[in-house]
Amino acid sequence: MIDQDFTDSLLEKFSSVSLRHHDDCLTLDCEPNAIVEFLSHLRDEETFDLLVDLTGIDHGQKAEVRYTVVIHLYSRIHRNYLRVHSPAVNNESPEFPSVESVFPAANWHEREAFDMFGITFSGHPNLKRILMWDEYPYFPLRKDFPLAGIDVPLPAEDVVEVTDASVEPAPMMGGPFVSSGDGMMSDSEPRAKDESWTEQAEKPV
Amino acid sequence: MEVNIGDVGARGAEAQTKVDGERMALNVGPSHPTTHGVLRLMMDLDGDVITRCEPVLGYLHRGDEKIAENMTYNQFVPYTDRLDYLAPLANNVAYAIAVERLAGIELPERCEAIRVLVCEMARISSHLLGMGVFGMDAGAWTPFMYTFTEREKLYTLFEELTGARFTTSYTRIGGVARDVPEGWLERVLNFCEHLPKAVDEVEKLLTRNRIFLDRTEGIGEVSQEDAIAFGFTGPNLRASGVDLDLRKDKPYSGYEKYEFDVPIGTRGDCYDRYLVRIEEVRQSIRIIKQVIKDFPDGVWYCEDAKKIFAPPKDKILSSMEELIQNFMIVTEGPQIPAGEVYFEAENPKGALGFYVVSKGGGVPYRLKIRAPSFCNLSILENMVPGHMLSDITVILGSLDFVMGECDR
Repeated sequence: MIDQDFTDSLLEKFSSVSLRHHDDCLTLDCEPNAIVEFLSHLRDEETFDLLVDLTGIDHGQKAEVRYTVVIHLYSRIHRNYLRVHSPAVNNESPEFPSVESVFPAANWHEREAFDMFGITFSGHPNLKRILMWDEYPYFPLRKDFPLAGIDVPLPAEDVVEVTDASVEPAPMMGGPFVSSGDGMMSDSEPRAKDESWTEQAEKPV
Repeated sequence: MEVNIGDVGARGAEAQTKVDGERMALNVGPSHPTTHGVLRLMMDLDGDVITRCEPVLGYLHRGDEKIAENMTYNQFVPYTDRLDYLAPLANNVAYAIAVERLAGIELPERCEAIRVLVCEMARISSHLLGMGVFGMDAGAWTPFMYTFTEREKLYTLFEELTGARFTTSYTRIGGVARDVPEGWLERVLNFCEHLPKAVDEVEKLLTRNRIFLDRTEGIGEVSQEDAIAFGFTGPNLRASGVDLDLRKDKPYSGYEKYEFDVPIGTRGDCYDRYLVRIEEVRQSIRIIKQVIKDFPDGVWYCEDAKKIFAPPKDKILSSMEELIQNFMIVTEGPQIPAGEVYFEAENPKGALGFYVVSKGGGVPYRLKIRAPSFCNLSILENMVPGHMLSDITVILGSLDFVMGECDR
């Protein structure tokens, strides 16, 4: 059972782990340098042997800790999930210890988090991009990356030679209809974000 | 070749040590009939034995998670269709439940029943395709024709319910787009009466077929330990003998009310994965019959969630308050409180998870899609080496993945 005793004993054993507000499943904060040890303990002693998800969150450029790694584990005995939040060290070039040695399933998840957020997982056996192509210079899920994308060279030299094509930002006028979170709706429309160009009317420089 | 079942990499390690001839690099995909989408495999071969296999993904990456951060909750529903596009209804439901958990709203029984019904229909549709193309991968063309005939009937039913055959976009946060049409439940029931016959026929063609057995038995074996370590879920995990079905273990949308069995395999090879899917189709029929037998009356959306679910059209057109409510939901999005939630649904391909972080308002701050196909494929690098090149088709077919979901 995941109850108060369970939580207390975990917090007692690990000084670097603390409780976090949660609504759906037990959520803990963990220091990054203790994460490997903590996850091994959860796997071997507390039956949380399925790593179902590992991902990152970008809290924005102004945040004190910009990137957080969030790990979800599942226990078939408790029939419940457990969530671990852990901050990535260094806002400029975030780093986090790889947990691939504990959960092989983390391999691709970490590659994806690296691909999307640029979080370097130290100790990962094969840390390279997984969804974007290897030469891609940006990290798309960072909050400062525009939805439309950024002009980058096409990764196929032979095609570029003949067609002179590049990977262009998506025309935002006419969709997707952007209505992002903060402030007035009118401020977050494509034209307010200077993302209102179309294929006919080019992007203002 | 003698292989220790306990270790998924054993075949590959053995193949690595005894290279007899010259190594050949072989590229399969990204566009190849074997790969069921745009998966690319870079392989090294020693004769016909694979010594290295590196999957390359991302050819269908559309940035769904980035898009989700830039639109309201309901606007993202059509994007969920395009994850596992062989079972869009199940994705719609999983996404809606995740956001509803965050909002903390309870749904009426009728809505939950509709959702269970469409989830199981989606499961049948997905498994029919999975079994059909798996047979085709192993060299049997006919079963595919049988299963596609049945799938066509399902599509007709989907169209009646949602207005679309393929991209259904059926759920809304707090309910579903519309109630079931008149007489539709009887037609679903009628379909369920006829389906077992078709499944039997497929089984007659495949299950004890000598060639099919030779090609699938003992191929792509994954032990319990490996299946768990590499994050398998769904039929693939259960084929390896792990008894984990979220419909039973962590019931959602009222699954606890229905009786059904969870088939599990013993060996975790391609043949077991096929058997598990066949049985799941039969169990889904069982669930559908129970749902329809006690189909609850009442409304099919959450009436109390005034800031989340838009009222019915006739009320919008006749009442000022409902008109304002509708306007606010359409322009600002459903108002979801700040917080985070992780919800996984037992989808045909495995556990589809949505991790939603909200800072309040109508737009998610972060939405992570945990795609079962992505996790199920991550074992390929370890599992494939040591197999023959011709086994690749069977292994990929048996894993039953969808690249739309894998690459997102």
